[in-house]
Amino acid sequence: MRPKPPVYTHFREIQAELDKSGAAIFRDNEGVESLIIRYPYSINYIHSYAEDSPFFLGLADGKLRGSRCRRPKCRFVYATPRSHCMVCGAPTEWYDLPYEGRIHSWTTCEFGSEAFLKETPYNLAVVEFDGVGSLLLARIKEAVRDDFYVGMPVVAVFDPNPKYLATDVWFVPKK
Amino acid sequence: MVTGGVTKFAKAHPSMDFRLMVKRAYDYALKGMPNLTADRIDGTRISYFSDHFTRQLKAASMVQDYLGMNPKGSIRLEWGGATGGECFQAAYEAIASGRMDVVLGAGFETMGRVATWKGNEFIALASDTNFDFPLGGFYTGYYALMVIRHIYEYLRRGKFAGVRDEREAQRLAIAEGSRIMSLVSVKNHRNAIHNPYAQYPKRLSVEDVLNSEMISYPLTREQICTMSEGAAVVVLCDEARAKEFTDKPVRIIGVGTGTDTMRLADRPFGKVPLMPHERKSDYEDLPYPGVHSFRAGRAAGLEAYKMAGIANPNTQLDFIELHDAYASSEIQTYEDLGLCRYGKGYDFVETGDPFLKGIDYGFPTPNAGSIPVNPSGGLIACGHPVGATGLMQGVFAFWQLQGTIGKHFGDATLQLPKARRGAIHSHAGTGSAVTVSILERGFK
Repeated sequence: MRPKPPVYTHFREIQAELDKSGAAIFRDNEGVESLIIRYPYSINYIHSYAEDSPFFLGLADGKLRGSRCRRPKCRFVYATPRSHCMVCGAPTEWYDLPYEGRIHSWTTCEFGSEAFLKETPYNLAVVEFDGVGSLLLARIKEAVRDDFYVGMPVVAVFDPNPKYLATDVWFVPKK
Repeated sequence: MVTGGVTKFAKAHPSMDFRLMVKRAYDYALKGMPNLTADRIDGTRISYFSDHFTRQLKAASMVQDYLGMNPKGSIRLEWGGATGGECFQAAYEAIASGRMDVVLGAGFETMGRVATWKGNEFIALASDTNFDFPLGGFYTGYYALMVIRHIYEYLRRGKFAGVRDEREAQRLAIAEGSRIMSLVSVKNHRNAIHNPYAQYPKRLSVEDVLNSEMISYPLTREQICTMSEGAAVVVLCDEARAKEFTDKPVRIIGVGTGTDTMRLADRPFGKVPLMPHERKSDYEDLPYPGVHSFRAGRAAGLEAYKMAGIANPNTQLDFIELHDAYASSEIQTYEDLGLCRYGKGYDFVETGDPFLKGIDYGFPTPNAGSIPVNPSGGLIACGHPVGATGLMQGVFAFWQLQGTIGKHFGDATLQLPKARRGAIHSHAGTGSAVTVSILERGFK
């Protein structure tokens, strides 16, 4: 036997009860009572970067690798690598990006997804590079909201302790 | 289309699971339709976005089951934020192809089962999980990036082109863009006061919107739609049967879809696909779409307009229910759908064109009523239970064209006097998929 869980009429108060005892009753405006339980859910994936792998291995090696279409008549250069060309469908080759670029657009996130809430505020930007046809999304550090403008020159910095994540590289304003 | 139904959208519906929500919307749709009984429905198209939110795979089968539709045919649809719009078009195709005579399209989402920031994480998983999500995957952040560039292209290089100091010019342009986005937020929240299905109806001032919490600069809380729970259903059928069910059917005269790269960073810098009423010379130096506009929305609009025989949406549509997940994307979408030229979205708000006539928004809206956008309140005020949203737009547009807003809302304020033709627009990701459908009154 288990006694009936405590009844709440404010849904917002339920979370705390679930964290404490794992169950609560919610009574709505019409008097309908619903049993609510805590239901955790977590997974560890065996995630392969597959054809994107050299990009992430490159970051750990201090290299910023885009890709370039192999077809002589195309030669489109991607800042975010793609193993096949979006324009013509031909395979691409790895292409070393410059370490310096410019802010194409930016934002400062004061909130974020749960996984990143503790890192707020953080800055996101799409970075453009000379001679490159597409952009790279990255974090910008050592800058606050008022420092930013479209066109701001930035320089790549690599994590000395790489985690094989896109966050192994970030950019800072060029001094 | 012969009928539709919607549940009230709310932060959470703890007393209803997704099956009961759909059932309530379905029962509402069939109420007062004596000839439209369950046995007349040949099959269903069912949509919801995220298995993470339901924490129940194959939830569409449970809806089919709960409605007593077995063993009729069904297909489940998912397309990010445009899930509901896709369901609407899948239902349309089931009829147009002759595969079914009568079809039920049903959609839902249950986003209140997790905390808001966890919900944002689930949504952000609909961005590239190798390159985008780990950086701080957050959709408001992505849209903030896009609108900063939109402001740069059109306000910095437009109204503020004369300001010499680059940083000062950009600051002024962002302040101006934020002010105009707030007008959109005021409009949609204000309209929703007359919509009993809406989650967040309220009377706001521009200052209230600007001073609400900053989420991702420059987007504030009141410029962003919220997590929601709810369901919506539509019933479509062929023309012959429509007359058996209702004397006020609505015809679907155009459907369009468009797509773009999953990653914002991969968007090309090319040429604008022109609407019939636009000229090449309008966009000589505009790299398109870049990160500032939605090529998928333009493509969807072009396809739907062509099918419907619409050369100029601004004069040939009476209203639009569009996907304003952000006040910024409503302005961007005006341009994608050709309501105004690219770059003129901010002016279009200021002249009042997308506002309703006869409602006091607290500021002047001289052209109000010319082409009301989101008369229902849109996603910003109604809520965005993803799999239901595009169908909800279909239902609100249907009632608008039937002239039955007063009956269904218990308040006729939002009823447009001469609504003959309208569009619904559903949008996914950072603009990676968009649907546009055109609806027209099907009776005299």
